[in-house]
Amino acid sequence: MDQIIVQILNGLDKGSAYALIALGLTIIFGTLGVVNFAHGALFMMGAFCAVVTSKILSASHKVVDPTRTDFLGNPMQVDTFYVQDFFGMAAGQAIMDWAVPIAILFAIPVMILVGFAMERGLIKHFYKRPHADQILVTFGLALVIGELIKYFFGANPIQTPAPPAFTGSLDFGVFLGYEANTIMYPYWRLIYFFFSAIIIAAVFAFLQFTTFGMVVRAGMADRETVGLLGIDIDKRFTFMFGLAAAVAGLAGVMYAPIVAPNYSMGLDFLVLSFVVVVVGGMGSLPGAVAAGFLLGILESFASMPVMVDLLPGINQIIIYLVAIVILLTRPRGLMGRKGVMED
Amino acid sequence: MLGLTKKDSTLLLVVFGLVMLAPFILNPFPEGSAMAQFNAGYPDLMQRFLIFGIFAIGFNLLFGLTGYLSFGHAAFLGVGSYAAIWSMKLVTLNVIPGILLAIAIAGAFSLLVGFVSLRRSGIYFSILTLAFAQMSYALAYSVLTPITGGETGLQIKNTDNPLFGALNPGEIGRANLFGLEMNSSFELNVGNWLFTFNLGYYIAAVFMLIAFYMSIRIFRSPFGMMLRAVKSNQQRMNYTGLTPKRYTLSAFVISGMYAGLAGGLMVAMDTQVGPERMFWTASGEVVIMTILGGAGTLMGPVLGAGFIKYLENIVSKINKDILHEWFAFLPDGLEDVLVTMVYPFVGKGWHLTMGILFMLVVIFLPGGLVEGGQRMAKLFRRNKAADAQDAASKPAE
Repeated sequence: MDQIIVQILNGLDKGSAYALIALGLTIIFGTLGVVNFAHGALFMMGAFCAVVTSKILSASHKVVDPTRTDFLGNPMQVDTFYVQDFFGMAAGQAIMDWAVPIAILFAIPVMILVGFAMERGLIKHFYKRPHADQILVTFGLALVIGELIKYFFGANPIQTPAPPAFTGSLDFGVFLGYEANTIMYPYWRLIYFFFSAIIIAAVFAFLQFTTFGMVVRAGMADRETVGLLGIDIDKRFTFMFGLAAAVAGLAGVMYAPIVAPNYSMGLDFLVLSFVVVVVGGMGSLPGAVAAGFLLGILESFASMPVMVDLLPGINQIIIYLVAIVILLTRPRGLMGRKGVMED
Repeated sequence: MLGLTKKDSTLLLVVFGLVMLAPFILNPFPEGSAMAQFNAGYPDLMQRFLIFGIFAIGFNLLFGLTGYLSFGHAAFLGVGSYAAIWSMKLVTLNVIPGILLAIAIAGAFSLLVGFVSLRRSGIYFSILTLAFAQMSYALAYSVLTPITGGETGLQIKNTDNPLFGALNPGEIGRANLFGLEMNSSFELNVGNWLFTFNLGYYIAAVFMLIAFYMSIRIFRSPFGMMLRAVKSNQQRMNYTGLTPKRYTLSAFVISGMYAGLAGGLMVAMDTQVGPERMFWTASGEVVIMTILGGAGTLMGPVLGAGFIKYLENIVSKINKDILHEWFAFLPDGLEDVLVTMVYPFVGKGWHLTMGILFMLVVIFLPGGLVEGGQRMAKLFRRNKAADAQDAASKPAE
């Protein structure tokens, strides 16, 4: 039993990342009807927002400290961080430690702007072209973004640690009456799960309970009629693209401490999140979220030693296998709507 | 000629000429000159041009004609490669049986994958093929290690003793064609130029020409017409009483066999295989090649394959020193600015150039380089025609 709980917990953080990316992909597909292969790149850009923020916050300059000398007897030069100049030693250190959460504030406007630029600059011109063209052009964009990141940040993963307050693990088993140290779960992963649950809830609440969201949902159901009612639906859809980009970006920011960001993480996640979207059902938001968590948890179950002994290699292929089975038995995915990408 | 129209025969002859004379054409710069690094006429790269040309021609038969975008074609190439290397390890070091086996196995595998994937279309089809390819990759990498050699892949070792090998104990077998080794070449020195005529290259050339000829025949056949019908309107095809699936599945298998042929040839030229050959980025590469050259055209995929492989092997070698050498004639400040501006796009940054070019082609030239060429030719012709008309309409004085 404790093994099962461990696997469910392990699946949650990866599942949350899948769910967030898939949610953004589905928003874009549901509103604009565009298959966005560059969504993994947006996730990666989010992760690099965290990298950039932590670099900016730890910018330093050298100050000559007359009270200390180095081994040659000259006055020693000490690296001084600008944030510590501004906010004092302790507060400055705290700000640097909390770079990743602070990056959220930085990432939201950046990612929304990136989303606007992408939609207005490129994707707008592809609404009337076939889906294959949309896939190809966004695939090209994903390659270009990946290469740009590689040019500026190098090919190696960049470690971006979580705040020291969240290092270490939570002894989860104790809550359930197990002995100490049976079920350990890193704090940051727990936070990642709650964070993504909040974001998902916020997106759904936004769509469900605001007028803006209502209009967007109406536009998803019947774009033309909404347009005829005198609503500038295109503008709202552009905003939704920005929102989807921000969701992917936030997923990336918070994921940076779990997996050190590098330029190919976007493409790695893209393939899996597409599988997630298709399993959940093209155009269905709850489907995308459910499939994200489902596949994340299934993946971690399949990596249990028992399963790997039983069916060697199952941990590598489980997601694809599930996708194939679901697509063949339930062509619309788990919760797909009728009439979406049927042909 | 060979059942082709006059225009197609000319095309085939041109391609034949280009392929046969490639060692000359691709080596325009003398040895030791500053431009010599742009010579693509060395066997290794020329073989790649042909092999990826075959791969792209096959992909184009599926994507260009039926519009089904497969994101997992590299799996067939990989399966073909594994089949070929096992034939060489166990049966004979002659490449022909290996290549034939590669085609057969890749065909069988693509029949299986196609039968399942073609039940859906559009993005679902792309995802299904991608899923199959990633599964093959993951399995080849881990569980199937006894067959695939896992991460290290397979090579011909000195312990291998093929059935018809006649090797001395401890001798490492080499791929050959009835005793002629694949890497044997004839070198021709003319002045400062060195031309290499490599046996492996010409074997690949023969296969490529056959593949190209078959692709012309398929394009012009009633079968090819049906495939185009699948792309333009499947529903109408259904109403007419035809079964689209039969045609798409045939196209899928044919294109899988092309990929198998490419994989077999790869092993024949360089006797080793690794699972990374099946990774989805490899599938993405053939998509890029085909689109860049021009999907649905005869020459497009070949051009695209050549273009990408040239970028990968030649442009990627340009480094900062070489750039400084090129722009040395400029004033120092300007030189540095230019070098800094160009540098991200060459050398290790060639992927960036490729990505940008690919995007530009998809956005502005959906027909690829071939369409670009046609448009230029048209513009040129129209100008001429317009001139002629102007001249004619002007009253004589």
